[in-house]
Amino acid sequence: MNPAPLVALVGNPNAGKSALFNALTGARQKVGNYPGVTVERKSGRFSFDDGRPVELVDLPGTYSLDPTSPDEIVTRNVVTGHQTGERVPAALVIVVDASNLDNHLRFALQLIELGLPTVVALNMVDMAERDGLTIDVEALSRELGVPVVPTVAVRRRGVDQLRAVLGSIVGTGAVMPRPVTPTELTALQRRARAIASATTTRPVALRGGAERIDRVLLHPIAGLVILLTLLFVMFQAVFAWSEAPIGWIEDGFGLLQGLAADALPPGLLRSLIVDGLIAGVGSVIVFLPQILILFLFILLLEASGYMVRAAFLMDKLMAGVGLSGRAFIPLLSSFACAIPGIMATRTIDDPKDRLTTILIAPLMTCSARLPVYAVIIGAFIPARDVGYGIGLQGLVLFGLYITGILGAMLAAFVLRRTVARGASGGFMMELPRYQWPDPRDIAIGLVQRAWIFLRRAGTLILAASLLLWLLLTFPQAPEGRSQVEYSAAGRIASGLEPVVRPIGFNHEIALAIIPAMAAREVAVAALGTVYSIESDDEAVLEQSVTERLSGRWPLPTALAFLMWFVFAPQCLSTIAVIRRETNSWRWPLFALGYLFLLAYVAAGATFWAATALGWH
Amino acid sequence: MSLRLDELPLRRNATVSEIDWAGIGPTEAKRLREFGFDEGVIVTKLHTGPIGRDPIACRVGRMTVALRRKVAGAIQVVEATA
Repeated sequence: MNPAPLVALVGNPNAGKSALFNALTGARQKVGNYPGVTVERKSGRFSFDDGRPVELVDLPGTYSLDPTSPDEIVTRNVVTGHQTGERVPAALVIVVDASNLDNHLRFALQLIELGLPTVVALNMVDMAERDGLTIDVEALSRELGVPVVPTVAVRRRGVDQLRAVLGSIVGTGAVMPRPVTPTELTALQRRARAIASATTTRPVALRGGAERIDRVLLHPIAGLVILLTLLFVMFQAVFAWSEAPIGWIEDGFGLLQGLAADALPPGLLRSLIVDGLIAGVGSVIVFLPQILILFLFILLLEASGYMVRAAFLMDKLMAGVGLSGRAFIPLLSSFACAIPGIMATRTIDDPKDRLTTILIAPLMTCSARLPVYAVIIGAFIPARDVGYGIGLQGLVLFGLYITGILGAMLAAFVLRRTVARGASGGFMMELPRYQWPDPRDIAIGLVQRAWIFLRRAGTLILAASLLLWLLLTFPQAPEGRSQVEYSAAGRIASGLEPVVRPIGFNHEIALAIIPAMAAREVAVAALGTVYSIESDDEAVLEQSVTERLSGRWPLPTALAFLMWFVFAPQCLSTIAVIRRETNSWRWPLFALGYLFLLAYVAAGATFWAATALGWH
Repeated sequence: MSLRLDELPLRRNATVSEIDWAGIGPTEAKRLREFGFDEGVIVTKLHTGPIGRDPIACRVGRMTVALRRKVAGAIQVVEATA
């Protein structure tokens, strides 16, 4: 059986391509990756009115067929029929912003030259009308030589007609695209401008709305205050709104553990399922609410057009360490979790900028560090006031966040001059018009993110949990010996001890940081196990670990342990994501190496400084 | 009178008279072209960043484009009279 014909959706960024894709395909979408590159392949299916199925692929938005970023290379390869693992498209849908024909027609002209069956979606005609623009659709169609359908993708207007026209041009015979004719960009642009002005009646005043909003949002002072307020609200929400759902997930997994424990006879199998698999996967899935809340904000900020403004405000600051404003969003996301942060670096088109951002993202204090910080600070830092109503414990926590940020900036500065050396990619972006996000588009985006996260929890985290359980369970200790000490993990800890002794770590810490390789917060549970506390509930566990720990370690050791967690890359998922996003083992290994080195040096320096100062 | 885009006062229309394409670097020059920068085009400087008035946002055609001062320095403009 022949596969359904492939139709490619192409256009400039900010033309409303994704909204049109959602309107055509609904929720029936598949997100994957093009082989060998870190470019997302988003495809969906729908049927023509006569029932013929068709596959629609949403290509990354680009400004021309003259590629510089990986995204643009994929777009060019697909429309010219040269993308590995992709069929030659049977037709193209070119999306243009009706109120920005000057610019968008240039790319459209380049695409029409390919000679594939083509239809142009004249999108966002409502915005153009609101701006007082009148476009002669028939004249435009004549000039371009292809059918033109006016649409408003977010309101689903014109979508049926677009589908009908597309159905009439998707034939059975395969057409090979013509090679790209190397036309001078400027010449094409002049032609586009001529067509645009010939088919558009324009008013005198242009685009007042966005400019008025920008006068406030990009204001040197008010703009920064608004940005910081937004960030504050976002972080508050990530922690406050997630409390209840995290409780439900924990209860759910607790229930599941109880059921499994009742259903299975005591022994290895029960231990594997209850302590290994359910506990391991559960400890990661509890982050789902936080990740979804964070993504909700990011998707809303992106869809509304604000994200680029945030990048604009922060660019100069980021330029100081050799990055650009575009790195701001991924780094911000990394405060919740480095995984979505690293995935968000796909919007950075300069490869060196992107690599640097990926490598420093794990230094942002993610939510998994909080349980560790909370336990250690609670146990070793006295809850006293340092004046002005500022508590010492809060101050230490704040200091850990700041240390992470400063470490990241320093790392970026050094990386940009060494392994990621090269001229700055600069900062040049289109500030899109503001628009109300479409709830359906946001919902589809959220579901996709949740699914990607859960799939990883079901595979990688599951495997890691299994491995850890094996290391902690075998070999089986004889009667009267501690299983933790006797296990392979215990022996590894004994081997590790001489290495971490100089930075003030003891045997128990050496044991706790091994399972924390899977995820940082596991260190709390591991310390709990090491100090043999029988409790499965995390809240009780944290409290009792805190009580148990206080006074056990000298203060320099506790401080060194905190410092270790600021830098140490103890998160398998992050390493796996770096591997996927950089498409090689080189960079995840490099990240592991340099972050462990930093952690070791920082923890050691802290330990010796605190010892020299006589803190204990 | 000709001046550089980064020197142009805010909210003033000007015509691009000359762009030093060679001085910008190929990638940035390509982006600049893609955003519609060209000799003879009308630009309006709209906003500047909070630190060191960098980057700059300006309107070109029907788009608003953000670029750094360094790149703007390679663009010569002539302020529109009236």
